[in-house]
Amino acid sequence: MRNSQTLAFFMPGSGCKGRAKLTAATKLMSKSSAKHRMATVYPSWFYVPAGIVFAALFLVPTVASLFFSLTRWTLFDATFIGLDNYAQFFREPFLIQGLVNTLIYGVATSGMKVVIGMLLGVLLTSQIFARDYLRSVIFFPVLVSTVGVGITFTALMHPTQGAINETLGFFGIHGPGWLTDPRYALLSVALVDVWKGVGLATVIYIAGIVSIPQEYYEASEIDGANPFQKFWNITLPLARPATVTVIILSLIGGLRSFDLIWSMTRGGPGFTSDVVASVIYKQYQAGFYGLSTAGNVVLILLVAIIIIPLSAFLNKREVNL
Amino acid sequence: MSTKKLYNLLAILMVTALAISACGSAATEAPAATEAPAATEAPAATEAAPTEAMEPVTITYFIDDNPTNVASAENQIAAFEAANPGIKVELETHPGGGEGDNLVKTRLSTGEMADVFRYNSGAKFQELNPEQNLLDLTDEAFQANVIDSFKPVVTANGRIYGAPEEAAMGGGVLYNKKIYAELGLSVPKSWAEFMANNEAIKAAGKVAVIQTFGDTWTSQLFVLADYYNVQVAVPDFAEKYTANQAKYATTPAALKSFERQEEIFKGGYLNPDFGAAKFDDGIRMVALGEGAHYPMLTFAIGAIAQNYPDNLADVGFFAMPGDDASKNGLTVWMPAAIYISKNTSHPEEAKKFLAFVASTDGCDARSGANGATGPYLIKGCELPADVPPAVADLLPYFQIDGGTAPALEFLSPIKGPSLEQITVEVGSGIRSATDAAALYDIDVEKQAQQLGLPGW
Amino acid sequence: MKNFRKYLSGILAILVSGVIFLVPFAFIILMAIKDKKEASLRSFSLPATTHVWDNFVTVIETRNYMLVTAFINSCILTIVSVTILVIFGAMVGFVLQRQPSKWTRLVNYLVLAGLIIPPAVVPTIWVMQGLGLFKTMTGMILIEVAYGLSFTVLLFRQFVATIPREIDEAAIMDGAGPLRLFFQIILPLLKQVVITVIVVQSVAIFNDFTNPLYYLPGNKNVTVQLTLYNFQSQFNTSYNLLFMNILLITIPPLIIFLFFNRQIVAGLTAGAVKG
Repeated sequence: MRNSQTLAFFMPGSGCKGRAKLTAATKLMSKSSAKHRMATVYPSWFYVPAGIVFAALFLVPTVASLFFSLTRWTLFDATFIGLDNYAQFFREPFLIQGLVNTLIYGVATSGMKVVIGMLLGVLLTSQIFARDYLRSVIFFPVLVSTVGVGITFTALMHPTQGAINETLGFFGIHGPGWLTDPRYALLSVALVDVWKGVGLATVIYIAGIVSIPQEYYEASEIDGANPFQKFWNITLPLARPATVTVIILSLIGGLRSFDLIWSMTRGGPGFTSDVVASVIYKQYQAGFYGLSTAGNVVLILLVAIIIIPLSAFLNKREVNL
Repeated sequence: MSTKKLYNLLAILMVTALAISACGSAATEAPAATEAPAATEAPAATEAAPTEAMEPVTITYFIDDNPTNVASAENQIAAFEAANPGIKVELETHPGGGEGDNLVKTRLSTGEMADVFRYNSGAKFQELNPEQNLLDLTDEAFQANVIDSFKPVVTANGRIYGAPEEAAMGGGVLYNKKIYAELGLSVPKSWAEFMANNEAIKAAGKVAVIQTFGDTWTSQLFVLADYYNVQVAVPDFAEKYTANQAKYATTPAALKSFERQEEIFKGGYLNPDFGAAKFDDGIRMVALGEGAHYPMLTFAIGAIAQNYPDNLADVGFFAMPGDDASKNGLTVWMPAAIYISKNTSHPEEAKKFLAFVASTDGCDARSGANGATGPYLIKGCELPADVPPAVADLLPYFQIDGGTAPALEFLSPIKGPSLEQITVEVGSGIRSATDAAALYDIDVEKQAQQLGLPGW
Repeated sequence: MKNFRKYLSGILAILVSGVIFLVPFAFIILMAIKDKKEASLRSFSLPATTHVWDNFVTVIETRNYMLVTAFINSCILTIVSVTILVIFGAMVGFVLQRQPSKWTRLVNYLVLAGLIIPPAVVPTIWVMQGLGLFKTMTGMILIEVAYGLSFTVLLFRQFVATIPREIDEAAIMDGAGPLRLFFQIILPLLKQVVITVIVVQSVAIFNDFTNPLYYLPGNKNVTVQLTLYNFQSQFNTSYNLLFMNILLITIPPLIIFLFFNRQIVAGLTAGAVKG
């Protein structure tokens, strides 16, 4: 039959053996055989190419990190030292500082992106003049090199010569040492992080808000709701999926952040803007590979412990809504 | 777009990309292939007929970006290339301080180091894992030119791995003579005198002490240059320290080094932009009189000679004062050294370059770029008759018996990688001196354990 | 009155957004065209003398045209990685959505893990050294693929769900096997998502700094971001050259932005909100 011949040509494993099987199958022409044909059209081996790359370069190292974090390591030989690396990690004040800073940075950037992103999302879905232009302008920083942004803002934030403090000085305000004052260094970098990333949050919010049916707003207008009430009672709850997405994505990014902090302060002044990711890098550079890997494991645990329950919590409540 | 077109587009994209990457890797392989035979021919050719025309061999030289070292390197390279037409030297810079140190270590460990590179001697040299990463230079002819006192600081397990690149340095305080003359101050011999001077300068509305934490390595001077005073109080500190029997936090004389830096911050003597100012700003300020004191190593005199030659006469130098005016002496740094990476593909050319640097020609090239900054450790390298006042201030310490002591990193193989961040914190008032000393002790522990030293 | 308010708020928004979002880019351009002395003052002022061409040439020529090599390397890395990502990711997303099997749950967990878990860098170096991939462009490409798979699979899985199964069935009736079904029928229907993935991943990989920092040391394979980072010490006192460098590497994302702005937004939002 024409069908069996074509099938035999295209199906994997076709050959003498395959052909015998196929002829038998097609003779039946029942629904179960049609389903069997469907099943092998989605072959499991489609997972293999991606699977190999992912396993070799992501899974294996992640699992290996658990082992190597318990050693003193030179990449060539590893001496088992048990939990000494972790003891050291939690004993050294500057390593603990990194942990604390990571949390502060993650929460600060995530929080600011959620709030500002939501407000911008509302603004840019309203009937505002030059809306498309505004959407583009706010989104463009997302696409630009992080190192470039870091260098640019380091120059702008220079305590005496930078444009920001010069402008503030023009108004009679004595600008702080954005990156040189230990109290502000980390938060200054966080502000730049938000500058760069808020466009993405805004875009996600725009999509979320746009999907809210207009009927809700029209109905509320009949009830005499003012803009604030519309926002609080309609927009905010119904944009919840967008809020969850922004929280999770920006928190993951913030906790793992390295590029911007490294290019702006290298973890300084002193250790005041070190985060776990920059600590990992410094230990790696100094050749303390076991300690660096222990730091990596701490970061993995930190991110997992925060994100997984948070994600479950936020998504669960969404279903009830 | 029809399905067939999309399929074709994807296929074309992939093929093109693979072709480009294949061409790219072929291109990077080709020069290596042509260089290898040239490298083996070069030594024979220079012995036979130096005028043989062939492909010049290029070696790479990795140094930090400090302007004195860059200027010196460029001068040396120019002179070397003139004398050796078949060899070209390509200069590459990296940031200074801890980050640069770590970059060097990472490159060595990943086998990505340049042929030749410049780096500190002493404890920091030990961190490079010399036996594994560096070329053994013990039996090279040029070692006969090197003064013996230098050799121990580039020796590991009895083998020598480097040659001195610059003059010996003192660590102390550069000061602006004009401000001193204006306020009638005299060079302090004790810490009390130093602080009195600072008060007077501050009262006159000037910046007393310049700090430049934009280059974090410059923050270490108060602590490191104080070592002369530490070893006056505790002569065997270095040995005990290496054997984990003495610590900064528990040895009052050593702790004082950190406390001194804290005192300076608390006194409010610093320049307003101390957190962001860089080395270049520091030498400008002390040369032009924008600030009175700049704790620094004396190689910086070369930078002043380069950038502010008209103000060179305004800058003087004195050693870091201790408690006792009668026991004032200089903490001395051995010069940085130039090393050869073990897996260089041009060992002979690299050795030639080192031989050049470790000769009077090399000294002359360095002096030509920066002027004299201190005594050289190459035999026959004389200082010119007229040296800047700061250097003239420096030399007498070497002439008194016991007037100098090597810095700790030349007596002990351990120096923690985070000292400069810790001193930035002390100097900025972020951390107390006692905390900082304890922190540094912990930092040093990591390094000692990594080096596998007994007793840790 | 309503119109007036609309225009007023619009103009206000344009001004504020201009200051916050456009001024930094103006600063980059101003710094890039000044001469060395003026640039070192770091002030937001119009240049007294402009040196666009001079600065451009100096930056390009630095260290033996390193920036040109870097651009070529970054382009190779981006193009090859993204191509592989699209194909591998779509394959997984496709089968994941269509064929629930004993693997589905595991693959879903792995996708989530890939999104959340930060990579263990030193052990990855150790693995790559063992495989002879460390410091090679091939290794770097595979790394970018491995790290980008989760996001890509997620997007594809969601979009495959929007393709009705009837299309599959029709194709199978016509005698299509898995490869033909995938490449000739499904993939073209995923054009929207393919473009989104290409654009998003291209920008991400082109701007990637951390991964080449760890996995591609050395000057042969240097990427554009690493060159900028290294040039910070090279141009220690030449801020004009440093900013010219920044300007040059902002051009490719700018081009992508001008052409694909709408698609990025559309693709991202549809995928993200469906969650």
